[in-house]
Amino acid sequence: MAGYAFLLIALMTTAAYLLGRGRGARIWAGGDGSKVHSLPGYHGAFVAAWVGIPAFILGLFWLFLQGPIIDQFLIASLPTSMTDGATASQINLLVSEIKNVAAGQVFKEPTPDIVAAAERYELWGQIARWAMIVVALAVMVVALSFARSRLAPRFRARNAFEHVLSGLMIFCSVVAIATTIGIVSSLVFEAWRFFTMVPVTEFLFGLRWEPQIALRDDQVAGLGAFGAIPVFTGTILIAFLAMLVATPIGIFTAIYLVEYSSDRARKIIKPIMEILAGVPTVVYGFFAVLTVAPAIREFGGLIGIAVSPNSAIAAGGVMGIMIIPFISSLSDDALNAVPRSMRDGSLALGATPSETMIKVLLPAALPGIVGGVLLGVSRAIGETMIVVMAAGLIASLTLNPLDSVTTVTVQIVTLLIGDTEFDSPKTLAAFALGLVLFLVTLCLNVIALRIVRKYREQYD
Amino acid sequence: MVDIATRPPIDWSTPAARARRKSRYAANRRLQAYGIAAISLAIGLLGILIISLIATGYSAFVTTRITVDFPISTEYVNPEDPARGNYRAVVKAGIEELFPNVTGPDERALGQLLTNNTQFMVRDAVVADPSVIGGKLSLSVPASDPFDQLNKGLVDRNTPEDERRVTDQQIQWFDQLEAEGRVSTPFNWGLFFNSDSRFPELAGLAGAIVGSFYALLVCFLVAFPIGIAAAIYLEEFAPRNRWTDLIEVNINNLAAVPSIVFGLLGLAVFLNFIGLPRSAPLVGGLVLALMTLPTIIIVTRASLKAIPPSIREAGLGIGASKHQMVMHHVLPLALPGILTGTIIGLAQALGETAPLLLIGMNAFITSPPGGILDAATALPTQVFIWADSPERGFVALTSAGILVLLGFLIIMNSIAIFLRQRLERSW
Repeated sequence: MAGYAFLLIALMTTAAYLLGRGRGARIWAGGDGSKVHSLPGYHGAFVAAWVGIPAFILGLFWLFLQGPIIDQFLIASLPTSMTDGATASQINLLVSEIKNVAAGQVFKEPTPDIVAAAERYELWGQIARWAMIVVALAVMVVALSFARSRLAPRFRARNAFEHVLSGLMIFCSVVAIATTIGIVSSLVFEAWRFFTMVPVTEFLFGLRWEPQIALRDDQVAGLGAFGAIPVFTGTILIAFLAMLVATPIGIFTAIYLVEYSSDRARKIIKPIMEILAGVPTVVYGFFAVLTVAPAIREFGGLIGIAVSPNSAIAAGGVMGIMIIPFISSLSDDALNAVPRSMRDGSLALGATPSETMIKVLLPAALPGIVGGVLLGVSRAIGETMIVVMAAGLIASLTLNPLDSVTTVTVQIVTLLIGDTEFDSPKTLAAFALGLVLFLVTLCLNVIALRIVRKYREQYD
Repeated sequence: MVDIATRPPIDWSTPAARARRKSRYAANRRLQAYGIAAISLAIGLLGILIISLIATGYSAFVTTRITVDFPISTEYVNPEDPARGNYRAVVKAGIEELFPNVTGPDERALGQLLTNNTQFMVRDAVVADPSVIGGKLSLSVPASDPFDQLNKGLVDRNTPEDERRVTDQQIQWFDQLEAEGRVSTPFNWGLFFNSDSRFPELAGLAGAIVGSFYALLVCFLVAFPIGIAAAIYLEEFAPRNRWTDLIEVNINNLAAVPSIVFGLLGLAVFLNFIGLPRSAPLVGGLVLALMTLPTIIIVTRASLKAIPPSIREAGLGIGASKHQMVMHHVLPLALPGILTGTIIGLAQALGETAPLLLIGMNAFITSPPGGILDAATALPTQVFIWADSPERGFVALTSAGILVLLGFLIIMNSIAIFLRQRLERSW
């Protein structure tokens, strides 16, 4: 139904364009051509913008608001015997039962009250959908007649339309800001609700993380503890292991590409690095589970060391592979940005390529490389799928890479997968972790981007 | 006259100089060797990754089928209403005919040869062609997972009987069927045309492919116009002031925000606040669109920047308005670069998993979604679900799913490279 409404809006907009353009063409044909301000197409576009945009916005708002408003009506219309003394979740249950009955999914014989409510719900839904089409149509007809009445030889249709276009473009650029605001506000809001249940100090400095608390009274579970230090150390340990793999390999790759490789070799190596960067992380996660973790475990068994099946070293190592292309391409850029004259000067003095690299290029490119490594760290901390599949779930406070540790992202996913009740500290804890993750990666990114930019300005 | 202290020329041929030179060259070669070692390591790891995926995944591209002649007697199936027959009994009778001398408790073990859903397959075949009622229906049915593995040689017949999932007796039956020519191993079309299932021999990617398609469609429809409009505004129209600086910094940072944070945003805003349906490709596509948006904006701005100013000046010089100049001249010239970047951004979105987990696109769904509001999975989340499944057959299936996913990524990236080479021009 909503699809038909938008189809109708699209059709009306097209019709409005054609009408406007036809009117514009007649103005051109009728009057003295040199006195007409805008081309017929702009007359059409002006009318189309007036018809299409308000109706489209109306349709979107209607769709978003229709559901909640009908739900409110529905709850208000229920007999008081059903709603008196019921908690919010009981009412929600009731509403979803009514919706199920309305959709024809009946599991047990519903009571007459519910059947009546379901019929009301169905009816109101029908009314709302038709009302939307009727209102949209009315808005479009009014807009069409208004916009059409303004068309005249001296009317600046082009300027008017370009204004609309500029407005749309500004709106689109603001979407990025709105996204950030959405992220920050949703994280802060849910995290704040979490901190009303669990004190901030306990979250930031507590040493026990046992979030599996009972959702219902009859469930057997721990009391729950929300001290995130073990989760943070686990994240840092895995990110450290990943950087231990990625940094040397990435930087040496960049050094070879800049200083030693022939053009032909570069043409082969660069795409391979791009493939490595393009592999989805879920694939790396499966690789860690399927190949790397068993291999490390077997190797550990061979030399007599017990390795946990989901050891930090397997997850960290595979994450390192994922970050190699990231570090190598950023280091490559940084090394290439060093002015050629410095490199040539060093070589002309008789330095070997390795001396040029270590004593001239690397020091000059160091800020760029450090920035790249920081961006890599931020990636390692925020990476999810590899650790979800290959790292552990239990938060243990250890720095042993052969043990199983958990990370912030793993906890977010495990806390939010499946049933999500938005009033238990268990689910809200995920948003608190998300807030910490967002803030830390944001700081790393801002610092790294600033270093990289400063350094670029130095040589530009 | 000033005396200039001159040093005698250095004798490069002394043993000391020679040794120094030697060690310097050695250091140079060492650095080069480190570089080669690093690159070989990276390439080797990629090779191991791909080889291990192919080695475990190739077997899921074929399937084991057993041809059985089911007697469709009127005793079990009423010709008036073939959909409601007792197909369990039909399947049992069909197996009994193959092994007439197996009786008692062994019959159960015999029944395990065929996939669990055999009765429904027989039913569908009979409903499609009711003329077989009263006669025999020869149907090739997927073997159940343990026998699929056995046929593919993934079960070692030499392991002790209690350590494998098939008994010696069952192996003997299976070999007998094979000797009768009833076992075939065709290409596993079910991998592409079936949806998810609890049984590895029946599970396929159709639902996930359709779900990913819908999510990417939504992502493209939202991110592409908004991204281009934002980039045009920032690059061509925006005044340089604090606001536009803020937008720019914001976009750069948004590109580096961990993907799971976008999942949290989708969960809190789209599902919880606006109340869109859980697991729907619409929500997945919107979240992916927000993630892809910075990529598209950055790429579009780069392509706009690459258009030389002479084009703009020429346009303005012959009397075009600024909007006309951008829309008629700059944007069409920048379009190949924008398209290339968009396809690469969409390829990234196709491989993205974490945000989709949080909005519930990892549900167990046995039919492809009919629209953007139906519950669905996506390719990477399907891979994740299978990777978590305990049955042996799902390991091969996961690898096969990954190979299909990588295949789609390769196709998308090749299109991008093709576009770049064919359409992009240098000025």
